[in-house]
Amino acid sequence: MNERLQDLLKNGPKVINIGVEQFALDLKEQEVPTVQMDWRPPQVESDLLSKLKKLRKK
Amino acid sequence: MVDIDKANQEATSRLLSAQPILVGMGLAKDVIPDMGERVLLHAGPPIDWANMSGPMRGAVMAACLYEGWAETPEEAQRIAEKGEVTFDPCHHHHAVGPMAGVTSPNMPVFIVENEDRGNKAFCSMNEGLGKVMRMGAFSPEVIEHLKWMRDVLYPNLHAGVKEAFNAQGGIDLKNIMAQALHMGDEMHNRNKAGTSLFFRAITPFLIEAAPNIGDLPDIFRFIDKNDHFFLNLAMAAAKASTEAAHGVEGSSLVTTMARNGTEMGIRISGLGDQWFTCEAALPDVLLFPGFTKDDVNRDIGDSAIMETLGIGGFALAAAPAIVQFIGGTPDDAAKYTFEMYEITMVENNTYTIPSLNFRGTPTGIDVIKVGETGITPVLDTGAAHKEPGKGQVGAGIVRMPAEAFNKAAAAFVDRYLEE
Repeated sequence: MNERLQDLLKNGPKVINIGVEQFALDLKEQEVPTVQMDWRPPQVESDLLSKLKKLRKK
Repeated sequence: MVDIDKANQEATSRLLSAQPILVGMGLAKDVIPDMGERVLLHAGPPIDWANMSGPMRGAVMAACLYEGWAETPEEAQRIAEKGEVTFDPCHHHHAVGPMAGVTSPNMPVFIVENEDRGNKAFCSMNEGLGKVMRMGAFSPEVIEHLKWMRDVLYPNLHAGVKEAFNAQGGIDLKNIMAQALHMGDEMHNRNKAGTSLFFRAITPFLIEAAPNIGDLPDIFRFIDKNDHFFLNLAMAAAKASTEAAHGVEGSSLVTTMARNGTEMGIRISGLGDQWFTCEAALPDVLLFPGFTKDDVNRDIGDSAIMETLGIGGFALAAAPAIVQFIGGTPDDAAKYTFEMYEITMVENNTYTIPSLNFRGTPTGIDVIKVGETGITPVLDTGAAHKEPGKGQVGAGIVRMPAEAFNKAAAAFVDRYLEE
């Protein structure tokens, strides 16, 4: 078996979670080393979104 | 130029500082401002008979029978169709009503005053679960029960509330709600603790002041058997609190969120009294025995005022036992609360969640954050049968549709971005 795969099975994964934070929180509860990356899929109403961002910066 | 952050601080400060107190009761026609003689108030944004859903129509028919405007359900339907009854949202009269929310002139209502700013809010008394008017039922036993509430429950409860007002200025609902959250309620679909605490608070005054003491055993049994009795008081408290935060120039706070069974609508603190509406969602329901998913009506009721305040579905983490009524697991319930922090402005300073180290509930929905994240509010709600006359079919979770929030966010941008 591949050495890296063996290491994964032996020591468990280290996870970068992208998006919904709850997945990372669940893993952290199980003491899995986890890094959360704040990301959301782009909005459909991109025009509205860009205007809301401008409003936020006012 | 309006400072949106400052406006939101002012609006949330008003929301958090609200002190809702039960100060009295009265018949709707006598105490609700601008309530005409032949007017029925209803839940949600404005709607006419032609567009009303089954449960809303059923509740309207029940109210016409209760008021004596019609002798039969058919006659009730005719007068409603002909426009002989005027319909107006509860929210246009500082009032709220659960499910269909139908409130007629001779229905008794609670009067709740926000001591912080002096504004008042109104809500009817809760009828219990199952085949009840607010779920669209209009059979003779439903009308009889409404009359019992008016002729037996109301005179005694009214006297008790008056006694409490004279003795101690009323009953502090905020205090009861804060305690109930620590006892497993979220105050929308679980009001077991709130009802018990209210029962404790009102009982001595009822005994002291009841005009007909012989009625009290029946009254106590009725309240004891109805875990939702406190819901209507909590809703009036929430309305008194959220309305205080309305009308702050530049604030993107959602101050109304309500459904009429056909449409859902919201209003924004800094956008006046304009409703932003879209089709109401279909709730995901844990059904009572004998019903199917096809029976479920679209989302209905002003009870979304609980989430607008920052509890209800937003405080599901405080109410693990509720999943027995609405479905899912306690973990699911907690996840909804975590998600709602993403779209709210502050954490509540009074309503707190013991299992989250007494973290304040997510409070003050920000229409900008909803627009930015695409996350919309989650409610836990009752569900009515889509045909009039059938009543409640279950309870569950409903996610508010994004369309109304996007419309409101667009209007907010139009109003405030170019300034």
